Amino acid sequence: MSVDRYEAVIGLEVHVHLASRSKIFSSSSTAFGKEPNSCTDPVCLGLPGALPVLNRAVVDAAVRLGLAVGSHIRPRCRFARKHYFYPDLPKGFQISQYEEPLCEGGAVEFRVAGEARRVRLTRIHLEDDAGKNIHDDSGVSFVDFNRAGVPLVEIVSEPDIRSAEEAAEYMRALRTLVRTLGISDGNMEEGSLRCDANVSLRLHGTEKLGTKAEMKNINSFKHVREAVEHEIRRQAAVLDRGEAVVQETRLWDPERGLSQSMRSKEHAHDYRYFPEPDLPPLAVDQDWIERAQRSLPELPENRYRRYTDALGLSAQDAGVLCSEREIADYFDVASKACAAPAKKLANWIINEVLARIDDPRRLAAVDLPVPPVALAELVDLVEKGTLSGKLGKDIFGRMWQEKRRAGEIVASESVAVVSDVGLIEEICKKIVAAYPDEVVRYRGGQSKLLGFFVGKVMKEMGGKANPKTANEILLRLLG
Amino acid sequence: MSRIQPDEVRTIAALARLRLSDAEIERMTHELDAILEYIDTVKNLDTGATEPMTHAVRFDCPLRQDEPKPSLSVEEALQNAPRRRDSFFEVPRIVPSTGEGG
Amino acid sequence: MASPQVKGASIAELAEGVRARKWKARELVESYLDRIARLDGRLGCYLLVDGDGARRRADQVDATVAAGRDPGLLAGVPIGLKDIFVTRGLQTTAGSKILRGFVPPYESTVSARLAAAGAIALGKLNMDEFAMGSSNENSAFKPVRNPWDLERVPGGSSGGSAASVAASLCAGSLGTDTGGSIRQPASLCGVAGMKPTYGRVSRYGVIAFASSLDHPGPFGRTVEEVATLLEVIAGHDPCDATSIPSPVGRYRQACAAGLAGMRVGVPEEYFQAGMDPEVEAAVRGAIDEIARAGAKLVPVSLPHTQYAVATYYLVCTAEASSNLARYDGVRYGHRTAEASSLEELYSKTRGEGFGAEPKRRIILGTYVLRSGYYEAYYGKALRVRRKIADDFRAVFDKCDVLATPTSPTAAFKLGERQADPLQMYLADIYTVAPALAGVPALSQCCGFTKNHLPIGLQLIGPPLGEEAVFRIAGEYQRRTYWHKRLPEDPS
Ligand SMILES: [Mg+2]
Ligand SMILES: [Zn+2]
Repeated sequence: MSVDRYEAVIGLEVHVHLASRSKIFSSSSTAFGKEPNSCTDPVCLGLPGALPVLNRAVVDAAVRLGLAVGSHIRPRCRFARKHYFYPDLPKGFQISQYEEPLCEGGAVEFRVAGEARRVRLTRIHLEDDAGKNIHDDSGVSFVDFNRAGVPLVEIVSEPDIRSAEEAAEYMRALRTLVRTLGISDGNMEEGSLRCDANVSLRLHGTEKLGTKAEMKNINSFKHVREAVEHEIRRQAAVLDRGEAVVQETRLWDPERGLSQSMRSKEHAHDYRYFPEPDLPPLAVDQDWIERAQRSLPELPENRYRRYTDALGLSAQDAGVLCSEREIADYFDVASKACAAPAKKLANWIINEVLARIDDPRRLAAVDLPVPPVALAELVDLVEKGTLSGKLGKDIFGRMWQEKRRAGEIVASESVAVVSDVGLIEEICKKIVAAYPDEVVRYRGGQSKLLGFFVGKVMKEMGGKANPKTANEILLRLLG
Repeated sequence: MSRIQPDEVRTIAALARLRLSDAEIERMTHELDAILEYIDTVKNLDTGATEPMTHAVRFDCPLRQDEPKPSLSVEEALQNAPRRRDSFFEVPRIVPSTGEGG
Repeated sequence: MASPQVKGASIAELAEGVRARKWKARELVESYLDRIARLDGRLGCYLLVDGDGARRRADQVDATVAAGRDPGLLAGVPIGLKDIFVTRGLQTTAGSKILRGFVPPYESTVSARLAAAGAIALGKLNMDEFAMGSSNENSAFKPVRNPWDLERVPGGSSGGSAASVAASLCAGSLGTDTGGSIRQPASLCGVAGMKPTYGRVSRYGVIAFASSLDHPGPFGRTVEEVATLLEVIAGHDPCDATSIPSPVGRYRQACAAGLAGMRVGVPEEYFQAGMDPEVEAAVRGAIDEIARAGAKLVPVSLPHTQYAVATYYLVCTAEASSNLARYDGVRYGHRTAEASSLEELYSKTRGEGFGAEPKRRIILGTYVLRSGYYEAYYGKALRVRRKIADDFRAVFDKCDVLATPTSPTAAFKLGERQADPLQMYLADIYTVAPALAGVPALSQCCGFTKNHLPIGLQLIGPPLGEEAVFRIAGEYQRRTYWHKRLPEDPS
């Protein structure tokens, strides 16, 4: 295939909503899903005379993000006006950062199919979001300014990404990171995480960058993969025909699975940036940076390494646990309370807990039916042999249903495994005596008949015999 | 020699979304030419080592607490709208375009 | 109760009369409304008179007085607001057709502070469209006429604010000064007006022309009235990130503090060719009077003065082109009747809504901010602006206040300079540099021409040096009678 002749060179500009209660430059609410134009104020509506005032929590969130990816935090940065006309842009300009952004440099580390990858960052800057245009078939469009002024960080990567899959994984890693930091909910459906992709191709082995096209309007991992994949194929076809790729902006249409050029002849883009006169330069002093640094939680990559290196988890298990902050937090709390090996605990979480919830964020809920400490208790009962594996799973199901602790169920219903060696030995002798033919066949070489005897013992004891003990005794009696 | 031509004024007017008549373009070209000639006097001044003065105040950007305050009511937000429908502002049909900055 | 004589009355005596129950706020309001009804048809000061609102608020002040509570420093004082201050529930246009019918859902910080001090806003004052102009002829609605000579301009852009005080159509007023728009009309109308230090008075709710240069400030017949109004409106505002957090000075006291030991700088660049000889004679006479009062005169130089006008027009047009981008016909104001596309919605709305001067400045501002031109124009201007500000910093090591003319000429005739925008811009020669530097500057009357037209003296102080300015201004005024002259009511 012709695509294989080329290497894709991809850089992403990812926009992330920061989870503040009020807007970046004014005090109306950032609540999502309210009545149109019910969360506005003079500033975010761009009313004449209104002035922006910067939200401290928003700056702090961006500083923490910058520190988490190893950016340099500028001691003084600036806001700038970026001008264009669009109905959802109330002031006729966006307040963004241009020449002196808050964060410069840094890198995001993640894995693609277990392989470590590192994408360098150019910058991270703060800006205000626009409102929302609603298109319909009636020949007019509508504008809702509730989203106008919601704080954004724009994370601009270097062109270090080489495939559509890598682009999707990079975006996924950013989402996990901002959610781990607690600075964004990273909710794709609500548009909290969006990206533009700059894509160019060059022949394998060559250095010079090709002409890039910018893909806009990408708002899910699936779409980033599809849009970049599509763009790589489109450019490869152009180059194969001996034509040149045109530098342009293209709009991704996820419904039709294709992109469209947004070139317009009349107006070449000219954002006419200049320093925002309404906001003096922003100072972030060393104290602030140190406080933010101390407040950072364990980051997903560090967690992943701790799980694989110190705890010996498989790459796959560690990957699942680290995919969401709440899963890893759940694991860590359970792990502290649990004597069983990490691998066992991880299996319980992956196979039992995650199977019962559709949104991992629910793991942080206070009314979760099986909190991590309760799971730890159950896993320990199984590991000690107090419960058989099967019994443990049944009990987990009941814990989830009835919101009860394992110990409580075991105590009140005497479901625990009997480990009294004398009692088990008595029953085993009774069974061995009751089935002389089977004993002969077993001793004649049909060793799989051991299961038959264990089953009989279990049946006799109502399923409560410690299977390990029963096994050992039967082996001795039969051997 | 003119510093600015009518076509350039037209381009700038398009960038600024400002419809000007041919007469306005013509007049403005002449006025701007004179103004630009005068403004060019600043080019003679050496400002090599001088920091740009973007603000007349000399303190850092003040920061406010993240506390939401009551919004304008939907009616207040929309009371000046030249056209509205329900709780929305109404505009001519938007064809997705390069308008969006991002 | 005595019937108040409002023509020529001072803010202090009006408020004192209300507090002492010599007259009611309601009576003051009626007297001013009566003057407006009789005289403003000839003068054109008001774009909107809010009679009912003013009466209602006056009754509240009177009720406060009757209940024995403090009605505030400006108890019942009728004032006017330049139509650039947004007023909740009251149409605000900035003198532009593009904002016709706009009723703000919020109130500017300074108009709210005036109201809280008991002042009563009579209405919204005429101005050059978006504060762009030096003659008030750029109002989209009607020109303002100079009360001293109805054939002449009042100056601009706060022409209505200056003329209404001169003609006693309000006791005091607010204006804004971006490159001279308080001081120049004060000078041409024979009243006092001050552009305080940038950031001393909040810009929240003041419709932006050039954000880094916009200075709201007061007009009064006397410097004490300016000081009184400034004490009320100045001070930190958390809604304006460029608002200075330090405490407000005692401006009224400063007016009476005398000028013993003060050094007054006389910058040579402000007394060069192009000035009307009558203006020069009056200003030099005023400076001599200040010296006789005990101040030491110091010859000084502000070497970058010659670049101020060009720098000013680069900075203000760039910022204006940005600030005026929001007028797009979507959320408020004028919207073109027919628009089949967004493109048309914007360009027709803006082409129809803006007058010639905003259009000129939007085009120039867009020109200088374009990529590839930024460094040569806007970037360059910001560096020259620094040099101009440094001139002032250096000179205030040698003196406490500068004394200069405010305007190179007295009031000119309507229409006289309309044809040549550059010549109009050059008339701002003495006022733009203090605006660029953000330093406080006041204009007060220092004489009249043979044609009985007022002449203005400009006093410039260092950053937050308002009190020093008021000390000189107060002492000069105490020794002269110019401020007592009143124009005849137009017939
Ligand atoms: Mg971008
Ligand atoms: Zn952006």
